[in-house]
Parts: sequence; structure tokens; C-alpha cells
Amino acid sequence: MAKKKRNVVEKESVVVKFVGDSGDGMQLTGDMFSEVAALEGNDLATFPDFPAEIRAPQNTIAGVSGFQMHMGSSKIFTTGDLVDVLVAMNPASLKSNLKWVKKGATILIDTDAFDPKTIEKAGYKQDPLQDHSVDSFNMIKAPMTTLTKECLKDRGIDNKTAERSKNMFALGMLFYIFNRDLKSSFTYFEKRFKKKPEIVEINKIVLQAGYNYAETIEALESVIQVSPAKMEKGRYRNITGNVATAWGLLAASEKSGRPLFLGSYPITPATEILMELAKHKSLGAKVFQAEDEIAGICSAIGASYTGSLACTSTSGPGLSLKCEAIGLAVMTELPLVIVDVQRGGPSTGLPTKSEQSDLYQALFGRNGECPVIVIAASTSENCFNYAYEAAKLSMEHMTPCILLTDGYLGFGSALFKIPKMADMPPINPPIAEANDPDFKPYRRDPETLVRQWAIPGTEGLRHRIGGLEKEDIIGTVSMDPVNHQKMVDLRNAKVDKIADFIPLQEVDGDPSGKLLVVSWGGTFGAVHSAVKEVQDKGRKVSHAHFNYIMPLPKNTGEIFSGFKNILVCELNSGQFVNYLRMRHPKHDYYQFNKVQGLPFMINELTDKFNQLLEEK
Amino acid sequence: MDFVNMTVERSNVQLTKADFESDQMVKWCPGCGAHAILSAVERVFPKIGYRKENFCMVSGIGCSSRFPYYVNTYGIHGIHGRAAAIGTGVKIANPKLSTWIATGDGDSLAIGGNHFIHIIRRNVDVNILLFNNQIYGLTKGQYSPTTPMGKVTKTSPQGTIEHPFNIGELVMGAQGTFFARVPDNNINLMTEAMFEAAKHDGTSIIEIMQNCIIYADKAHADVTGKEVKDENMLVLKNGEPMLFGKDHKKGLRLNGTRLEVVEIGKKGITVDDILIHDQYDQDPGIHTMLAKLAPPIFPMVFGVIRSAMFPTYDDLVEEQIKFAKDTSKIKCVDDLLNSGDTWEIS
Repeated sequence: MAKKKRNVVEKESVVVKFVGDSGDGMQLTGDMFSEVAALEGNDLATFPDFPAEIRAPQNTIAGVSGFQMHMGSSKIFTTGDLVDVLVAMNPASLKSNLKWVKKGATILIDTDAFDPKTIEKAGYKQDPLQDHSVDSFNMIKAPMTTLTKECLKDRGIDNKTAERSKNMFALGMLFYIFNRDLKSSFTYFEKRFKKKPEIVEINKIVLQAGYNYAETIEALESVIQVSPAKMEKGRYRNITGNVATAWGLLAASEKSGRPLFLGSYPITPATEILMELAKHKSLGAKVFQAEDEIAGICSAIGASYTGSLACTSTSGPGLSLKCEAIGLAVMTELPLVIVDVQRGGPSTGLPTKSEQSDLYQALFGRNGECPVIVIAASTSENCFNYAYEAAKLSMEHMTPCILLTDGYLGFGSALFKIPKMADMPPINPPIAEANDPDFKPYRRDPETLVRQWAIPGTEGLRHRIGGLEKEDIIGTVSMDPVNHQKMVDLRNAKVDKIADFIPLQEVDGDPSGKLLVVSWGGTFGAVHSAVKEVQDKGRKVSHAHFNYIMPLPKNTGEIFSGFKNILVCELNSGQFVNYLRMRHPKHDYYQFNKVQGLPFMINELTDKFNQLLEEK
Repeated sequence: MDFVNMTVERSNVQLTKADFESDQMVKWCPGCGAHAILSAVERVFPKIGYRKENFCMVSGIGCSSRFPYYVNTYGIHGIHGRAAAIGTGVKIANPKLSTWIATGDGDSLAIGGNHFIHIIRRNVDVNILLFNNQIYGLTKGQYSPTTPMGKVTKTSPQGTIEHPFNIGELVMGAQGTFFARVPDNNINLMTEAMFEAAKHDGTSIIEIMQNCIIYADKAHADVTGKEVKDENMLVLKNGEPMLFGKDHKKGLRLNGTRLEVVEIGKKGITVDDILIHDQYDQDPGIHTMLAKLAPPIFPMVFGVIRSAMFPTYDDLVEEQIKFAKDTSKIKCVDDLLNSGDTWEIS
């Protein structure tokens, strides 16, 4: 397989998207292409874009399933706005994705999938391959299904199985287009399908055929080369946000010595956390699939009372159901990690689409004066760190912590530099000692206001807690008005004091100037890239991206004071900006919002930044 | 009394009732049936013989659910309807705790109905004391899922138009492994049932026919009242014939597929014709029939109706964890982080 001499064009980054019918194996194809890119040293980010229905009608727009990946020879922050190379396996997938494709982009088409019936089902009036509507793109039309069947005809494989391998044909063509070494891809396939040698064999044949075909037809004038990225030394892996969240919780459990308990109920897009933790019983994780969202969190509260690192994972509607129980955890001052993988709302909303619209609910969605810690992850890979941090803060400060991620982070994947457990920060929960004569359920550390965790089974610490207001220190039921005021103030002050234990807010760019862009949570990649683009053009703009929301970092007000204009960008109607208006009312805030179930596009952000920079 | 449960650590000193009495003022109404239930619990815990630190009391909301504050054990007073869910978490997280749930007919059968059937279906090894007073007491007198049809309450001024649950039938329907029914005016029967519940591995439901003196006074008097109890109560004893009535002259016999009341000495009936109680029978058929019986045609059945052996959820959790630990290559989080496809960048 010696490479022929080819023209090669070097690209810093490329966005590739695989689209087809939900049964076409696009997720798997995208996944494999990404793994190979990662093994070749590219940085990358991926995002699966699949329909809410499991199997929508074949060849319709509703049934289109996609997988987008962005790879580069420099650091990749987003999965990319517009696509450079599109692989479209049928007319519906072409139609629904064309608006996200760059002018002049390369589009690979399986022409076998374009017949009058499928064209009509996709909603086209005429064949898009004939009517010049795709003339502005570099179309590579290949009869992939026919060619796949052809190359497998001597293998004694039934027609259906052969047809299903057409995605490997497309992948083979892509490997040629991206100048990948097929040999290393083969090694990867052998490893991935270790237990199914016959699948490896078929895939190799089809991949090779696709590769050869692309070479023969000279699919591109110049093949595309994306060189390895310069990345920090270390061991790497690919990880999705949901898996990273699950692993962060496992890491916190191991570090703290507190056994992990997860009580959860399946809900898109958070279910992967439940499924992932269910796999890791060898690490002692106890995973309870409850009968409903409420039982999920309540079982976790029971587990927390008995000394476990207790967690529950959910998405928006599930968080609504858990609100009363979060209040119980606040009142009993028990640690509890609530992971909310946000999706489009209200109600059932847009289950597979992403939004940041649960912030109000996380901050305020409970009866009574009911403060909890709220933090947010900002990349798929740092879901690991923020899940760890959520567990650490919750246990060390004996109060629930809501970790906000979103569907985009949860489903998306990125390269993850594997940490060493020895380097993770220590976690020291305030566990009461057996027979401590001074133990009282609500006696507090004077500095942190944190009560002790007295674990059932321990000698000499029998006590009762519950949802009724308790008398300060001794913890008996109390309806005394002055005591209630005191306990409300103590619970608030305890959470406020956590500001002393979290990092100061950082600013990317100058510490003062005309424009500070503020964002939080899962929009980091897009906002950071947009800020960088404007900065690279020589304009002064700074960026503060928040991961700690309740409490806010102590220097937040100070940072804001350094800027003439503050622009808060978020995927909701302005929940963080209103929270900032409440907490830091001295400043004026501009806001930029989008609630379409879609991430920010870089150019819509840069337009807004430039507009504010041009104003006097 | 013998004991089989080896999961919970036993006390090496003989504990007494005083070890479990809390210093809190008990705020139930004078004359409320809950006082007797508390007394039975304080009496049975030392007999059960676990370390006092290994008892954990869980509750939801309602009069019954103040219970944890009045017993000197570890305890958590939860939110309305969720005691079974909280208790499930307690037991799974720490199977070494003897976990007791105090709840009521509103708490467990209305707002918490879902958790109630699922804890039973899973057979989590907890003991549930279900105070059935057929009324919402703490909110002052609204009908509950066990209030008899037609009963006038504050929310049913013309009488209720709902069919009440029969708790025993509900428990059997949810594949319950233990069900006992006891009256709050017989402390011995209560303690015996509680002891049996503690012995049973799995979810034990004890329906306590409790009297709410304020809002549903004498709700159970037709069955458990002094004048009628001989005729209307049949107290089961395992391995013994199901006899009741003054001088134990009446009994239950299986006639075809139905139970019937017969009198010994009449129509040639002898004690040999009477059904023998087998609480350990895995088949819930007879147990379900017994749970459903009620006056006027039948007596209501009390004592341990069912105590069948099935694997418990918490034991199976431990087994799966042990198997995973024994067989998995992933022994720590570092192993996990480095599992699967990884690569070095130097």
C-alpha cells in the first residue's frame, strides 16, 4: 500500500459531518473516523446529532441521524459551525444539512440512495443531483451501495449485510481524502472488533475498496492533510461529557473514601451517566435505577445520610420533580450531587437539543430560603473535573451541589488528558468521630459553618434529622421564630462562605477595557473562539467564562468594574445576566441570547462583539 | 426467640427499653394508637438484639412519620410519601443497618403509592410499620386511600365515592414477601409481628390498625372492639389450624377454590378439616385470600399472614459488586482512566 505521489493541501482544521438514515450507522462511522484522527495526533471535538425518535420513517428528514467532528492541528474548542466535508448517504440527509455546509465544501454522495422515491420522501421536487442546486459544491458522487456489494460478492454474505457495510465504503473514501494511512486504521479495527474477526475482515475489504475507488477517480485534486496538533505531553483518550461526569464522581468517591451511590431515572440526555456508572460495580459503585425521578433523589438522600457520596443525574423536567427533595437535603445539611444535563424546555421541550435554561431552576427552584451550590462544566472533558469538584464541595461543606452540564457537552466528545489520581486534590468530609462527647447534629465549624457528618452505625452518635426546622446546635424540632431566622441565616452564610474555597475568576485578555464578554457553562468553546477571532484581528476584547455560579467567585465585582461594557452571552433568555444584575447591581449589562436548541455560531458572536466595540 | 439475620451486627450487651427511649416530648394526641406502637417498638428493639447504633428509622410525613424523633436510634424524617425511597437508599448504601420505616395510609398509599409498590417488588430488606387509621390526621380529617366507601369526612361531606385499598391485597399484588396485620390495642401481637418482620429477609409490611381518636375514632372497632373481637378477629399462628370465635369453635376451611367459615362439631366438622396456616408458603394464593377476608361473613385475619423466602435486592446488589470486584480488571480509578483506547503524546 505504498502511497502514490499526491498533491497534498495542508489545513489547520476541518469540520467533517456524516449524515444518513438512522439505520445507516452514521454514529459508528463518525466515531471510527474520530478515533483514527485522534490516534494520528489531531485535537478534536465531536457531536452526535440524532433524532428524538428511535427509528423515524426511513428516508425522511425526521429520520436523519448525524455525527459532526472538528479536527485540527491546533487546539479545537467547538465542533465547528459550518461543514467542510459532508458525507450524505441519502437525499433527506443532504436536504436537511445543506444549510450547514460551507460554500465550495466537498460532499460525498451515495448515488444509489437517490431514486425517485427517496427524492420525493425527502421533500425534493426534483433530483437535487440533476437540477444544479448543488453546483456550488465539490460533489463526489459514488454508487457506494453497488460498489460495496460488488466487492463482497465472493464472500458468501447476504445482500442485506453487504448493503449495511456501505458506511465503511464511505469511510474508506474519506481516509483517502484525508491522506490517512490505511494500515493504522486496520490496526484500530482489529483492536475494536477483537472478538469478531469476520467483521474485521469484511470491513477491511470494504474500506480498502472505498479507498481505492477514491484514489482511482481522483476524488480530489489535492488530498487534505491535517497534521498532528501540538498538545501538552501526556496520555490521552477520547471522552464524552456524560462519561467524564460519571468518572469524575467515581474519582471523588475513591479520593474521599466515601462509597458512591447513584439513584437515577432514565432521561435524555442524562441517561449515559446512569448507564456508565452501572458498568463500574468493580469500583464499588452502587447504582439504583429508581421507579421515578423523586425516588432517584430520595434514595440518594438516604444513602447520603448513611455516609455515601450520593448523587442523582437528570435533565430539566427531572430536576423539576426533584426540587422538594433538594430542599430536604438543604434542611438536613447532607451532601448530595445533582447533575442536570440541560436540554431544551419548558416541559418535554427539545429532549435531544441543548440549552442553558435550567439556571433559574437550579438557583431558585425550591420552596423556602433554600441555597445550594451551583457550578457548571464548560467542555466535555472538564465535566470530569467539575463532577469531582461538585462532590468535593458538597461533601466538605455538607450541602447539595447542582452541577449543570448540557446535552451538547454530555453527548459531545473531546480529547481528555488523563489525570493521575495521586494529583487530584484531597477531599476531606467532616466525619464525626465515634463517641465524641461534644457531638451535636447541628454544631458547626466556626469558620465554614459546616456541621459534622455522623454516620449511622457509629457508636455514640445516634441522632435524628429531618425536614422540620431544627434548633441550632442540638437539632431537636423547633418552631421558635428567632431560631428559624438564625438557621435560615446560617444556611445562607454557609453557602456564601464557599466563595473562600473556590478559585478566583480568570479573565482572558486585558483586565480592563471597553468590552468584557461574559459566558458560563457549555458555551465556552464558541464564545472563546469568537473572542479569539476578534482579538486576533487586533481589537481589544476580554472574556470571563464562569464555572462557579452560586456562590460567584469573590473577585467578580472587581473584574466587572474594569470594563465599560459587559456583554453576557447565554443560550436562554437572560438567566445568568439577571442573576448578575441581582448580585452585582452597580453594573450595566448587555445581553446576547439564543434559544433555538442550537449552540452559538462564532460569526453571530463576533458580529455582536464588533457592534459593541464600534459604539461610542 | 431464635434469630437468623446475620447481616446486622449484634449487641454484646443485653439492651433494654430505656436504651431506645428518646428525650423528646411525644406530641401525639392523648389516646392516639401511635403511643402503643411506639411502646411496642421500644420493647421489641432490645429483643431483636442488634447494636443500638445499627437501627435506622425512616419516615415520610404525617402523624405516623414523627416516629423517628421519639425513638433513640439513628433516624431521618423525610418528605411526604418518600419514606420508602429514602429507606431504599439507606439499606442499599448500608445493608448493615436494620432499617425501619414508619408511615401511614396517606403517606404510603396515596402520595407515596409508587415507591410503596416498588420497594415491595424489589424486596429491599426493610421493615415498614404502616399506621392505617383510614384518615389524614395531621391535616385534620380528610379521607385517605383506605377510608371505607361512603364515609363522611371533611373532604367527603356526602360520603366518599372511592373504593379503598385492601393493603394486604396490594402487598400481594406487588409480589410482597411479608405481610402481617395487627391491631394497635394488642401490644403482644404487635411486638410478635415486629420481631417476625425483623427476622424476615425482604420487605416486611406490618399493617397496624391504628385508631385516630380525633378524626376517625373507632374506625376499627367493628373488628377489634372488645365485644366483637372474638367473632371478628382470627389470629394466625404458623403451623396451627385457623380457628377463631369464643372457645375457638369456628374455623376456616377450603371448599373448592374458596374459603368458608365452619363450626367444629356441626355437620361432622372436626379440627382436622380446618386449614393449617403456612406463612412460609411461597405461593401467595391462600395468603391473598386470607388478607382479603372481612366481616360480616368472615373474620378479619391478623398476625403474620405471609413470610416467604425470596432473594433480597440489597443482597443481590452486594453479590453483583463482589462478582465485579473479583472478575474485573478495573480495580481503581487510575485503571479506569487508562482503560480502552489511549495514546501517549510526547
